Amino acid sequence: MSETEAVAAEHVAEEHHPAPAAYVKVALVLAVVTAIEVGAYYVTGLSDAVLSVSLLVMMVVKFALVGLWFMHLRFDSRIFRRLFIAGIVLALLVYTVAMTTLGLLVGK
Amino acid sequence: MSDTTAVVEHGAHHTSTGLDNRKLAMWGFLGSECLLFGALISSYLLYRTRGEGVKPVDVYDIPYTSVSSFVLLMSSLTMVLALSALQRDDERQSRVWLTATALLGMTFVGGQVYEFTTFVMHDGISLTANPASSAFFLLTGFHGTHVTLGIIMLLSLVGMSLAGKVGKQNSLYVELVGLYWHFVDIVWVVIFTVVYLMPTPN
Repeated sequence: MSETEAVAAEHVAEEHHPAPAAYVKVALVLAVVTAIEVGAYYVTGLSDAVLSVSLLVMMVVKFALVGLWFMHLRFDSRIFRRLFIAGIVLALLVYTVAMTTLGLLVGK
Repeated sequence: MSDTTAVVEHGAHHTSTGLDNRKLAMWGFLGSECLLFGALISSYLLYRTRGEGVKPVDVYDIPYTSVSSFVLLMSSLTMVLALSALQRDDERQSRVWLTATALLGMTFVGGQVYEFTTFVMHDGISLTANPASSAFFLLTGFHGTHVTLGIIMLLSLVGMSLAGKVGKQNSLYVELVGLYWHFVDIVWVVIFTVVYLMPTPN
């Protein structure tokens, strides 16, 4: 590929990155979700199960927003996304098995 | 342009994937870091109620930690704004955002040091007090170490930028440090929810 094409490709890639205002909007959403998380912690009358599920859902939303927008996974090559998701999935699988096994042992 | 065409966004060398190897390596590293923090979070979840005496879960200061979490979350915004400014060829603004990110990181680490000091001096929760405190200090201490390393990298970038070694052509440096910083942030998103906010079984 010629240098000109490489420069053009770089330009296209950068055009896909959002404007600063979009990042500020994402940060505002993150702040609001964090406030809701903390608020939910203080709400009395919620069962532990409902509170836990609500908090986990909000955690996943925040995780995804940072990953997709701030880390540019939404705009970058799919290879990066696959590498990162592979790590997350592997960690979830390994430690779900480990915690189930060790949890039973520790409980005895 | 095909995926295999040797185009690299910010570098000048050819690769078989068409992607910069340094960025690919950083994503591979972050994927492996998921396993490290997965181990630390799992061990905390297993041991959080075990042992005698006062445990961290009994003395969490949620309003204080919420402010720390907010600070770290906002540091991700300043980090991405630093990269955005550099990609627009505005080095001065990029330096300002990088410095702001480092300062926010220092605020977070300072808050963590204060929390640890309070636990040890006021609540009598030391590293070896019980399995719960060991798991807590190990997890949050490892995270704090990651944040500290990130701050060192950020300050190095500011120094390099002042020396004229970081510009639009090599904005990949800022992007790589940014990826690391955002990762540290999302790990805290998980820790804040799972360790601090989620109810602990009796």
